[in-house]
Amino acid sequence: MSKKVVVLGEAREGALRNVSFEAIAAAKKISGGGEVVGVLLGDAVQSLAEEMIHYGADRVVTVEHPHLKLYTSDAFSQAFMAVYEQEKPEAIVFGHTALGKDLSPKIASKLASGLISDVTAIEGEGDAAVFIRPIFSGKAFEKVKNKDGLLFITVRPNNIAPLEHDAGRTGEVAALSVDVTNLRTIISEVIRKSTEGVDLSEAKVVVAGGRGVKSAEGFEPLQELATLLGGAIGASRGACDADYCDYSLQIGQTGKVVTPDLYIAAGISGAIQHMAGMSNSKVIVAINKDSEANIFKVADYGIVGDLFEVIPMMIEEIKKIKTN
Amino acid sequence: MNIYVLVKRTFDTEEKITVSNGKISEDGAEFIINPYDEYAIEEAIQVRDANDGEVTVITIGGEDAEKQLRTALAMGADKAVLIDTEDDLDEMDEFTSAKIIAEYLKDKEVDLILAGNVAIDGGSGQVGPRVAELLGINYVTTITNLEISGTSVKIIRDVEGDSETIETSLPLLVTAQQGLNEPRYPSLPGIMKAKKKPLEKLELDDLDLEEDDVEAKTQTIEIYLPPQKAAGRILEGDIANQVNELVNLLKNEAKVI
Repeated sequence: MSKKVVVLGEAREGALRNVSFEAIAAAKKISGGGEVVGVLLGDAVQSLAEEMIHYGADRVVTVEHPHLKLYTSDAFSQAFMAVYEQEKPEAIVFGHTALGKDLSPKIASKLASGLISDVTAIEGEGDAAVFIRPIFSGKAFEKVKNKDGLLFITVRPNNIAPLEHDAGRTGEVAALSVDVTNLRTIISEVIRKSTEGVDLSEAKVVVAGGRGVKSAEGFEPLQELATLLGGAIGASRGACDADYCDYSLQIGQTGKVVTPDLYIAAGISGAIQHMAGMSNSKVIVAINKDSEANIFKVADYGIVGDLFEVIPMMIEEIKKIKTN
Repeated sequence: MNIYVLVKRTFDTEEKITVSNGKISEDGAEFIINPYDEYAIEEAIQVRDANDGEVTVITIGGEDAEKQLRTALAMGADKAVLIDTEDDLDEMDEFTSAKIIAEYLKDKEVDLILAGNVAIDGGSGQVGPRVAELLGINYVTTITNLEISGTSVKIIRDVEGDSETIETSLPLLVTAQQGLNEPRYPSLPGIMKAKKKPLEKLELDDLDLEEDDVEAKTQTIEIYLPPQKAAGRILEGDIANQVNELVNLLKNEAKVI
């Protein structure tokens, strides 16, 4: 049976996040030939709707309201539920982002549904779809299926390939008017700390430092390399505990789990709890003075050496190939 | 102030995971309080000490989870509740857990509920917000700072590395992110006192819940380990040559730069 699937798109700094396109691809698979409806909630999102259609949505419903400028669970749940009531979908897909993680359990609870979070792959299509998600931060995986009733999943960024962009695709874009009221939270300030606008969980390249970085200043060459590669910077628990960097950068079983195309581990020994957070990265490079370090066991390429010697050389080499 | 903390017993983060008979093997494994829940317990104790009141820690699990509850009591929580589902339920999901906890809390006077933002085993981070929704109270996730004065609450939360300042009010559920505080270790007198603190044990029956009321909405059909990675290449030669080779490999073989 084909399913009608609703996908929540998410904007960051005026553009849709990649995970929104990945979520559309997931929705297509689940739909088994049914309709995929994009949803955009915000204060000015109308202009982003076509992009969702170019990436595979059949049509898009937008809700615009001043209270939707910044995310709050109260405002977004009211807007999303209004769309749900109008569309009555058989399945819902969100990105497993800060917003998706915060909002999806509330919606699932309102709808008394299951919620399969943090999906990294989908096997089968339509009703036969089975969802793969990491457990123990990637030390193991489970295959989960929805028993019956509404299917609701969140998809982890960087794992499900988006569909081909097709600027020729067209579809209806309809605005829904929703009265957003009775908000219990006020966001009084937002401080952007993320580096260069590249979010760690969505970054294609992550350059991470451990205790071997030795100081906060020691992260500077890593930052330079990350910026050069359009990536984000991360850290091990050791580096965070030693106050070399903010806890928001920590990668591991406590901290963030990342699956970039390229993970460069500099001065990280490779504690089990760190490896849980990064071992599913596509390509791993390890740079460590200690040839016995555990990190080399998961690395595709390893250099035994001093990161303060190796990283600046890497920066020079990469600059060379970039200018050629 | 009535403060509740939702805690979960999890594998130690340094444990390797093995699978036998389709299940995660627990043989010889060390168990801990989910690390994010430790921040929640610590914060609850600090809020109580500043405002008076009582901290109750709640967990769902088998008899074994009593150990983690005693640890929370030794840290300074006042009371513990173990909702033992082992005899009643074979399968649970986040819907199940949230429904059970909300059922326990629904007739309590709740000012503040704290939980970890995610458990390091299942990793879904759903139960806290689900409980808040079932109780009809507000919630804020991944918090790194909490200030309470009267019923007004000022929170800083981590949003993918950015930080948001939020103003809201009690009653409230919050989930703890790293950086919220430094959880204390239980002291020896704390451990002695914990043995005498009340630990209530309940089953589904005691909560007037039938198995059907909490039947899981999702089902795990297989658990498996990720494929072992083949050993990688340790480059050789002088460092300059290694770096040159590495950058070439990343560009031409791995095609990631």
